[in-house]
Amino acid sequence: MAKLNNNTVLQRLQERFAETIRNVSEPFGLLTIETDTTRILDVLEFLKTDSELQFGYLTDITAVHYPDLERAFAVVYHVHSLVNNVRIRIKVFLEGNYPAIPTATVLWNGADWMERETYDFFGIQFVGHPDLRRILNVDDMDVFPMRKEYPLEDPNKVDKKDYFFGR
Amino acid sequence: MMNDSVSKISGNKPVYSDNDPQDELFTLNLGPTHPATHGVFQNVLQVDGERIVSGVSTIGYIHRAFEKIAEHRPYYQITPLTDRLNYCSSPINNMGWHMTVEKLLDIELPKRVQYMRVIIMELARITDHIICNGILGVDTGAFSGFLYVLQEREFIYEIYEEICGARLTTNIGRIGGFERDFNETAFAKIREFLKRFPPVLKEFEELFNRNRIFVDRTADVAAVDAETALGYSWSGPILRATGVDYDVRVNEPYSSYEEFEFDIPVGTKGDVYDRFMVRNNEMWESLKIIEQALDKIEKEPKGIFHADVPDFYLPPKEQVYNNMEALIYHFKIVMGEIDTPKTEVYHSVEGANGELGFYLISDGGRSPYRLHFRRPSFINYQMYAPMSSGMLLSDAIINMSSLNVIAGELDA
Repeated sequence: MAKLNNNTVLQRLQERFAETIRNVSEPFGLLTIETDTTRILDVLEFLKTDSELQFGYLTDITAVHYPDLERAFAVVYHVHSLVNNVRIRIKVFLEGNYPAIPTATVLWNGADWMERETYDFFGIQFVGHPDLRRILNVDDMDVFPMRKEYPLEDPNKVDKKDYFFGR
Repeated sequence: MMNDSVSKISGNKPVYSDNDPQDELFTLNLGPTHPATHGVFQNVLQVDGERIVSGVSTIGYIHRAFEKIAEHRPYYQITPLTDRLNYCSSPINNMGWHMTVEKLLDIELPKRVQYMRVIIMELARITDHIICNGILGVDTGAFSGFLYVLQEREFIYEIYEEICGARLTTNIGRIGGFERDFNETAFAKIREFLKRFPPVLKEFEELFNRNRIFVDRTADVAAVDAETALGYSWSGPILRATGVDYDVRVNEPYSSYEEFEFDIPVGTKGDVYDRFMVRNNEMWESLKIIEQALDKIEKEPKGIFHADVPDFYLPPKEQVYNNMEALIYHFKIVMGEIDTPKTEVYHSVEGANGELGFYLISDGGRSPYRLHFRRPSFINYQMYAPMSSGMLLSDAIINMSSLNVIAGELDA
């Protein structure tokens, strides 16, 4: 079998989903795309079930908080095609203080705890998740600790802030 | 209770209702600190006699917010955090983290350093598998095998001590290489280990592999087919026990693994016995790799133990005290004054439990903008409660042992 490369994957995705595949980049050879909340399940399902691509292995789900962006939360999926040994990273940017995205548990059982962890730390609602509870933090916690507004260290400690180095 | 046990009369025969105490389910709290679970794991089980009907895992008892802490620390200070993920094989985590940062900074390591890393990582894999398989023996009632092999783990810890001074939370290496060269004693001990470990492992296998009691306790217990395992994103020895030959060392070789000759042991049924055998065979493969790495090091120029990256590799202390340039670099590194590329990187290594991934987003500053650990124990453990239903309690215990879930990695 000819080795599947990033271009083929991207081409297949763009044929199928056209302009909903945006911001394509390839940091360190890992194909990275961005898509919409409404299309994410279709994209994942297409990647998983397509007979050529076979991205059948969900490596990871996590999120990133960018408080300065209008759409402040990015949910990041890493999916791996074990057959072709190609990885892909898919990002979905979400807005609002209670962002929501459809759950991937319908495709992979393994998404269950990954989504619970993401919910626990970022407060992202995975709509349709069978059991969306906190997982590592205590149940009665009322903040989402990985959001950037929750400082970890003493806020008075400023000696190593980036702005001292012109960043 | 007895009053309602005859609730209806049909003809002259009493009809017993269902509230017979024998039929009631019993809630059993297995953990958080149960001697049989080897770590802080809580499972609230509904049991019918000795059979588990359903269960819920509660995790997070030793959650230490490493991902949050990492956002406030310069790159070189994150290594000690990775020690505390899977503390049975800390060097693999250390090396994985160093390699992630090196990938970000585009640092190419000299071959000798890469081979040194391979030795350390394979030693760590052996310690981890020793623990897992030894404990599996203890849980099935065979204590002595555990004691034989633990002596060898002690010996590996002595090798760690020669290399970095620490034993468990090793903090081995630096970004760009090692903090110092392996000394003669370290090389001698690694060679001695290659001689003394095979007979012990052989003896260990003879104790278990065809032991009737052990096989009866483990074969066909908690068997998982490949499809289910992949659906739950399993990785590492437990995935390979189901017959899937996914190993990051082969799929995406790092640290020159592509130059080594070794096999990936796989199982067929994915039961506890297969997992035990996969781990045992991996130890043999690790020995092969270490031997090859030692040969390769012989052929490389001596005395090289780090890449030439003064921006990120701390200069030796004697130079810092006597040499202006070294002092400046030392200051810049410690204060985090050096810019990093604004990009994101995912790097994974084959940890002892599976694919250990680091997803690092850099905004150019001194510490990661976001760092996420893909922790194999966390992902492997989520099938534990669903797969336990219908299982005997004693089988569930050895199933947990064979998953080799490490609390530090589970909770991060």
